[in-house]
Amino acid sequence: MTTLIYDGSFEGLMTAIFEIFEYQFRDAEICSQENYKVENIFATVHEVQTQVEKSDRVLKKLEQNLGKSAVSQLLMVFLSEDPQLENLIVSAVKYSVSRPNQNVLNDFAHSEMMQIAKVCKSVSREVHRMNAFVRFEKLQDDFYFAKVEPDFNVLPLIFKHFKARYQDQKWMIFDLKRHYGIFSDRENADFFYPNEWDQNKFIKTQNLLHEDELKYQKLWQRYFFKTNIPERKNIKLHVKSLPKRYWKYLTEKY
Amino acid sequence: MNIDRIQEKLEILADAAKYDVSCSSSGGNRKNKNGGLGNSHASGICHSYTEDGRCVSLLKILLTNHCIYDCAYCVSRKSNEIKRAAFTVEEVVDLTINFYRRNFIEGLFLSSGIFTDSDTTMERLVRVAKNLRTEHQFNGYIHLKSIPGASDEIMREAGLYADRLSVNLEIPTEKGLKLLAPEKSHSEMLKPMTLVKNELVLYKEERKIFKKVPKFAPAGQSTQMIVGATDETDFKIIKVADHFYQNYNMKRVYYSGYVPMLEDARLPSIHSQVPMVRENRLYQADWLMRFYGFKADEILDRSNPFLDLEMDPKLAWSLRHLEQFPVNINTASKEMLLRIPGVGTKSVRKILMARKFQKLNLDHLKKMGVALNRAKFFVEFESHNVFTHLIDHQNFRKIILDSTKSKFTSPFSEQLTLF
Repeated sequence: MTTLIYDGSFEGLMTAIFEIFEYQFRDAEICSQENYKVENIFATVHEVQTQVEKSDRVLKKLEQNLGKSAVSQLLMVFLSEDPQLENLIVSAVKYSVSRPNQNVLNDFAHSEMMQIAKVCKSVSREVHRMNAFVRFEKLQDDFYFAKVEPDFNVLPLIFKHFKARYQDQKWMIFDLKRHYGIFSDRENADFFYPNEWDQNKFIKTQNLLHEDELKYQKLWQRYFFKTNIPERKNIKLHVKSLPKRYWKYLTEKY
Repeated sequence: MNIDRIQEKLEILADAAKYDVSCSSSGGNRKNKNGGLGNSHASGICHSYTEDGRCVSLLKILLTNHCIYDCAYCVSRKSNEIKRAAFTVEEVVDLTINFYRRNFIEGLFLSSGIFTDSDTTMERLVRVAKNLRTEHQFNGYIHLKSIPGASDEIMREAGLYADRLSVNLEIPTEKGLKLLAPEKSHSEMLKPMTLVKNELVLYKEERKIFKKVPKFAPAGQSTQMIVGATDETDFKIIKVADHFYQNYNMKRVYYSGYVPMLEDARLPSIHSQVPMVRENRLYQADWLMRFYGFKADEILDRSNPFLDLEMDPKLAWSLRHLEQFPVNINTASKEMLLRIPGVGTKSVRKILMARKFQKLNLDHLKKMGVALNRAKFFVEFESHNVFTHLIDHQNFRKIILDSTKSKFTSPFSEQLTLF
């Protein structure tokens, strides 16, 4: 038994998968550096050095066998932070190698492939929710700023949407759980990784708000209240569609 | 900006617009190519949900609730003594832009009371859309109400700026409409719908020849019918809906359970319940017509004119057509898979894909997310299914109802036990 340890990046994971085939490890498991805690005394440890060429070769092969959208599904599995993510991705790759002419991710009767479909569904739902529930606050420097705590690591998956939509304004979305964010200042759009001092600034933004901000927040809250039909009250459906864990950052639910 | 006055107007005009069910922002295809603000998301985005469980996707308001008409079913009717207000074009534009920039909404849904003649009202709505599109490079979603009686010229201009145009039929029959809104007629409402349909067809034709034709209402048109204000049968309602889907290129028909809010001898009493279950069943029937290949006449007929409130219309259809079951999940056509109770369009897709790899059974269906409590009675596969014989049981209806408690069944309405 061999445990392959990789640096936690997607390229690292792809490199590890390449090396399983390269060195023909049987009975291999892949584990990220961060999650590798208990040493398995029966396993030999193999440290993976991330190599873009190896990772690219795996991705190219997968794209050939499975198609582009399947590869982005595997990326979603990776971003799900699911404890089984390495196993799921490896099983998809192995299954695909055995049936290169079919998109094996469509075998919904195969338990791992169905599990992948489920994880992808959860991640897509979170992506859609972030597109919907991000609430920007206008700051004094004209940046529109939003805090989020998504269930999965979805910022890389929502970046494109916000970039396309808000081209004529400066904006920032910060993931409080994972301590990084995405931004666009109209000229540049990129990820950012603030130091601790800046992070604290992001947590408390009350003093940085633009003078108009609270007015529009109030208008939105009143609109939200008035567009409801009390005779049709259905709290169960309300909470199902708008789970409570998101309320903290929803202007209309403050 | 006088914030208090704006807030008061917003409250009045949002309150007056809320009975319009449509809040959809889907079907648009506008891109943000001009470096401006916003774009359309193909499937639409619900940015929030109110306590009644409805989606909030658009800023849905009236331009004004001043109205010269006196339709019995409408809160804004002339004879109703309520506060009246009117937004200026600039105020609506400012609210839309500022809500959009904060990611509160997908765009604007603007309707209006008829404050003078139809043309003046429609022209004002168009001016808001035009201002957003041209002055602010706004590419978000815009849904405008078509005002019956507005000239073709203004309607065509509306289609250039709006993603969706709609006229609410409100009352499904001419007879009902004459009773509740004697000043209105269906023929007058159908005119703008016909115009939009024809323009959409024309646009499609022109697109084949010229690449760059200005878009015309890319998200199509929709309409709404109030359910339970007059005495139409469900059969009549879905036949009308079907007619619109077939002949008017309609994207959506909405059903709005009548909310009693006005005392009027022609209307249900103010204490009557909103017919929410009936409304839900109508939507299910609508889905069967649009996505499951059912014809209106299959769902209901003259001798059977109301939807079963105890079960969904697909299950009700199956009980009337037991001879078509069980369906073999490994060999049946897509059309027949779609008719199995408890199997949705997504499950059908999964079944079709997965059976290329191996033979399927109940276990597989369960993992795929099929509602087995209904489906298990209606399917067969290579091994034995212990549930199919129950189809012939004389109490089959009761058996299946017991295994599928409706989400609308209140836990308190159960018969009391001894203690």
